[in-house]
Amino acid sequence: MAGEAARATLIISLMFPSDRTLLRTRRRRLLLALASLPAWPAAATSADGAVVRIGLTPVFLDDQVSFLGQWRAWLEKKLDRAVVFVQRGNYREISDLLRAGKIDFAWLCGYPYIRHRREFRLVAVPLWRGQPLYQSYLIVPADDHKTHSIGELRGKVFAYSDPDSNSGFLYPQYLLLQQGERPSSFFARTFFTWAHRKVVEAVGVGLADGGAVDGYVWETLAEGRPDLTAATRIINRSPLLGYPPFVARSDIPARDLEQFRQVLLGMQADPLGSELLGRLRLDGFTVGKPALFDGIAQMAERVDGK
Amino acid sequence: MIFRRNLSLRWKIPLRVMGAVLGTAISVTAALVVWEYDEMRLNLEGHAKSLGRVLANTLVGPVLHDDIWRAYEILQSARETYPAAPELHAEVVLITDADYKVFVSSKPREFPIGSSPATKGGAYAQLRSGSVGGDAMAQRVLEPAGSPVYFVMSPLVADGVALGHVILGYSKVSFMPRFVGLVKRAALVTVLVLLIIAPISWVWASRTGEPLLRLAEAMRRVPGELAESRLTDLPKSGDEIGQLAEAYQRMVGELKDKQELERQMVVSERLAAVGRLTAGIAHEINNPLAGMLTAINTYQRHGSGNDPLALSTLSLLERGLTQIRHTVGALLVESKAKDRPFAPEDVADLLILAEAEAHGRGIGVVVVSELHQPLALPATLMRQILLNLLLNAISAAEEGGGVRLLVEPGDRHLRLAVTNDGDYIPQERMDTLFEPFATTSDRGHGLGLWIVYQIVQQLAGEIEVESLPGYTTFKVDIPYGNTV
Repeated sequence: MAGEAARATLIISLMFPSDRTLLRTRRRRLLLALASLPAWPAAATSADGAVVRIGLTPVFLDDQVSFLGQWRAWLEKKLDRAVVFVQRGNYREISDLLRAGKIDFAWLCGYPYIRHRREFRLVAVPLWRGQPLYQSYLIVPADDHKTHSIGELRGKVFAYSDPDSNSGFLYPQYLLLQQGERPSSFFARTFFTWAHRKVVEAVGVGLADGGAVDGYVWETLAEGRPDLTAATRIINRSPLLGYPPFVARSDIPARDLEQFRQVLLGMQADPLGSELLGRLRLDGFTVGKPALFDGIAQMAERVDGK
Repeated sequence: MIFRRNLSLRWKIPLRVMGAVLGTAISVTAALVVWEYDEMRLNLEGHAKSLGRVLANTLVGPVLHDDIWRAYEILQSARETYPAAPELHAEVVLITDADYKVFVSSKPREFPIGSSPATKGGAYAQLRSGSVGGDAMAQRVLEPAGSPVYFVMSPLVADGVALGHVILGYSKVSFMPRFVGLVKRAALVTVLVLLIIAPISWVWASRTGEPLLRLAEAMRRVPGELAESRLTDLPKSGDEIGQLAEAYQRMVGELKDKQELERQMVVSERLAAVGRLTAGIAHEINNPLAGMLTAINTYQRHGSGNDPLALSTLSLLERGLTQIRHTVGALLVESKAKDRPFAPEDVADLLILAEAEAHGRGIGVVVVSELHQPLALPATLMRQILLNLLLNAISAAEEGGGVRLLVEPGDRHLRLAVTNDGDYIPQERMDTLFEPFATTSDRGHGLGLWIVYQIVQQLAGEIEVESLPGYTTFKVDIPYGNTV
């Protein structure tokens, strides 16, 4: 990982809280701390257009170092510019970086996009199963055969993925409000895992009695790690909502935005690009309209304006 | 108990040695196991305490920030298994708040968030505020009596305030396989050592007991079979058993001498009694006999002498009476007052007499005589002794065998020895060998040895018989110089 960073002259800091060992997690935190030092001065020069900075979170991307390396190389080739992935542990940090203009693009959840839609510009929306849509799943442990709705989880422990996640936070909040409950006091305890996959794990081991998870992540996980998803049972699927989009900072030059958009849209047609998409279980990108996220906007309005 | 006391040393010594070996092996093994167990406990406690300290330090952040998932991930990583030491694997890790309510546990289903572990009962009942003693800011080991679980508690301290505890629960049961494995290993080593030591000990112990067993076996034969007992192969060593064997040999030897002496005395006394009796009878017979013979003689010489029937009758009587006189005379040997000394020629004469007898049966007679000058011993009696012994020896010798006469004048004794190679004299005949008419030989009248005995008695000598299969020797020892 360190060698990769040195070759690129810029440092990609990864913060994927490992589910393996404490030691590795601590080492990565240390790396993060070290890596963030030179990253800032580099970010300050981003405006000259020499480097494209793309913000990512582990909220739905799993620990995929080799994939990110290949994708970055592919993007660099297509854009003919240096690409840096700036990774943070949650959506909030990424959206803050984007609002401050310290990164150019970000792969964000629909919820923070809706919140800051006047500051962000929509670039493209991934296509999953042919549509730029996905669902939020509410899950309970597989051995819990009694619970069939979120209302039955009163006084229980609930796991969210990220407070800025649509599927992992906004949807269950909205659902509770719709049922006339106060989300802040409905559950006895709630916690964030900062990754959808870890919501599945937390619910699977019984740490949480219920959780909200990105349907795309759950379905993808069901292919690679069926043991994890088999320990959970879906009790509620949200309506189809806009898939987490690629967004750009508001002051992005139109040329840069268009170039990046075209690269994403052409990814499906490119052999390596489509292979990379296949590894993400995505079909491609579409331009997408802000109206795609109206459903999320409606929920956000209800939740934030409560 | 009685059985144990009566058990032969053949078993007793080896069994006791085996017992000692076994006892030593078991106690050494037990001591090692106990020591190892303590060591294991100390290791485990040290490991648990350091793990608890690390966890407590690491978890302060997540607990302060209410980051349950992060805390859970840390717990999971802390519970990694060590295949080599399964007892180091914590059964459960609990993070509790200051009120002993679960913040997060490694087993969320058993200890859900916000629950009180005390409700689970058993050893966990102690995990509630007020029940846990000791300094809340220090590490504690909680070992509820009779519980299969014990706890190592480390406080979660932030800025001098105890936020809660990291509680590592260890199963004593998971400790058992390791302990059982240890005991098994130790037992195996003990068995292997015993397999080597036991046979050696057994042989060694058997050897220690063996001389005693031989001694006991020999003693069992006393006094019935003294000779056999004496021949037993007894241990020859300088230790107590050797000394015992030596003393025993000495005792058996003395016993045997005593027995022999007693037997000889019985024989001598009986012979003396027989001698007195025969002498008395002979005397009583001799007087009338002499008168009767004189009367017959007178009648023959001066009687009418014409009656042929009377004459033949008297002749018959005379022959009979003469035979009686000879027999009585043979029973009662009397030394003559005057006799010539025993000379080398006498031995030569006897050889001629004996060879005539021996020749017929092809028996060789060898004479070894050291006698070169006359000795002051009555020649007639000496000749009688030698002639009787030689004739006896020739008749006892094997056909074509040999007889040997040794004449050896000593300082003050004359030693004679007559040996033949015939059948040996059985023990039961020994006792009555010298008695008159004791032998029922078809040749002798059974008075030869009796005469020899009487003469030797009169000459204050000694006679001794040694008879073994293959040869029989009569030894006669006669002092000279004061007799005649």
